Amino acid sequence: MAIIKTENLTYVYGEGTPFRKVAVDSVNLEIEEGEFVGVIGHTGSGKSTLIQHLNGLLKPTDGKVFIDGEQLWEDKKRLRDIRFKVGLVFQYPEYQLFEETVYKDIAFGPKNMGLSEDEIDRRIRETARMVGIREELFDKSPFELSGGQKRRVAIAGVMAMEPKVLILDEPASGLDPKGRDKILGQIREYHKEKKNTVLLVSHSMEDVAKHAGRILVMNKSKLYMYDTPVNVFAKADELSNMGLSVPQITRVFKRLSAMGVNVGEEVYTVYFAKDLTMKLLSNK
Amino acid sequence: MNSFLKAENLKFSYINNIEEPPVRTEVLKGVSLDIKKGEFVALLGHNGSGKSTLAKCFNAINIADEGKVYSCGFDASLEENLLPIRQRVGMVFQNPDNQIVATIVEEDVAFALENMGVEPSEIRRRVDEALKTVGMYEYKDHAPHKLSGGQKQRVAIAGILAMKPQVVLLDEPTAMLDPSGRAEVLKTIKMLKEEMGVTIVLITHYMEEAAQADRIVVIDSGNVVMDDVPKKVFAQVERMKELGLDVPQVTELVHHLRQQGVDLPCDIITEDECVKALYELLK
Repeated sequence: MAIIKTENLTYVYGEGTPFRKVAVDSVNLEIEEGEFVGVIGHTGSGKSTLIQHLNGLLKPTDGKVFIDGEQLWEDKKRLRDIRFKVGLVFQYPEYQLFEETVYKDIAFGPKNMGLSEDEIDRRIRETARMVGIREELFDKSPFELSGGQKRRVAIAGVMAMEPKVLILDEPASGLDPKGRDKILGQIREYHKEKKNTVLLVSHSMEDVAKHAGRILVMNKSKLYMYDTPVNVFAKADELSNMGLSVPQITRVFKRLSAMGVNVGEEVYTVYFAKDLTMKLLSNK
Repeated sequence: MNSFLKAENLKFSYINNIEEPPVRTEVLKGVSLDIKKGEFVALLGHNGSGKSTLAKCFNAINIADEGKVYSCGFDASLEENLLPIRQRVGMVFQNPDNQIVATIVEEDVAFALENMGVEPSEIRRRVDEALKTVGMYEYKDHAPHKLSGGQKQRVAIAGILAMKPQVVLLDEPTAMLDPSGRAEVLKTIKMLKEEMGVTIVLITHYMEEAAQADRIVVIDSGNVVMDDVPKKVFAQVERMKELGLDVPQVTELVHHLRQQGVDLPCDIITEDECVKALYELLK
């Protein structure tokens, strides 16, 4: 069953003013439970507006949103419970840390859910381990941590609510390559262990290619496509026209193919490119 | 004069006065570096390595505790040199929204010139020229907050160009941009270097961008640990990964293939070079 479903979802900013803008235009989408979805789109394409609908931060101007089979906004009293199912990590989440200690900060979400102390404690220890925050840091002020650590604490705070859907808006932005690989690797481990659904918003085609099982492309407020990386990156020219791109390695193999080398398959990660090249060499 | 930005045994610490006693963190531990006029240098290092701190020493936002910094020939430790340095060495930061001050694009570009007391007719001329240079002239009457990230960064660059800088320091100018925004900004940077002879220092976490520089300087825990042309730096794949950095995808692919015994040169860092080498192999 689809964990996320939208029907004709439309959102208009500034209705009735000269600044009226349709930010999300008639989006029909179905995301199956357990997917790892990369969300890409140019600046202003509507991807942030779209994800804010998925846990009820925005109310659709038109159309419907279903989470886990239940329609958002149908019964306002249910909204709070549905929101616990969809965890949203904003860009630069470290700016939202506020508690006295790391432990209390991660505890904030689970506490609001009314869980028992034991259960809260279990979740804090589990998520801290997953994001690589050592227990020695629990009593420290979050503001004493490094930038990368702060960000991982903030992500742990949302993970600890064990949402069925975890949405992260550019979790690696501003991090160095090692920090980026670490955080994305941890999110992938979390996804593997919990078998939940993850939506990863990113401007890095390389990161999306490496981690996502499916890719959602927004373009000018519309859903352009929702498909596998192979099918999405096959549309290199279209992506480039909409302000996106394909990974460098994909461009290399497309050019080889245009030069007459029989590449045979769509290439979008370095490891695949290596294996494919070795195969082509041994077939020669 | 040949050396344009120069650091000699530069040491710099941040002091946290909130703690009692104050806590001193040494960020730069004796950096010596010489950047020539017209050079395009990419400055790499993991988060917290000291690269931004170093860049800020070159336009006298940070003043060295020990050692010397010279920017365009001026000693950055002398108070009377602050203004001349800042008029010559412009800086662009990561977040475009933090550096736009006016409500109309052309007013934003004129901001520094007005503060410098430049003649109005000269301001007009320089603002138009700067906006044309970065390809944003047709947006001069627009509100900056309605522009895309890449367009905002180009407006920020225009604001610096209008001051006729000799050096532009860019601290992760593309970190928050989408792929086409990144490409726009990089194209603008290369044009500044090639057509106007501006000296460029670019801090970035995108290795494909660094591959386009004349020279790469890698900072690690407050010291310069690598300083060479991109081909030589990226050839050391394992070393770059140890330093928390990366190499372009094409370099990584070639590295893996070489490990499997495939005969390829070790200094492939651009898409063109990779396509050519693989074509020779597979045709």
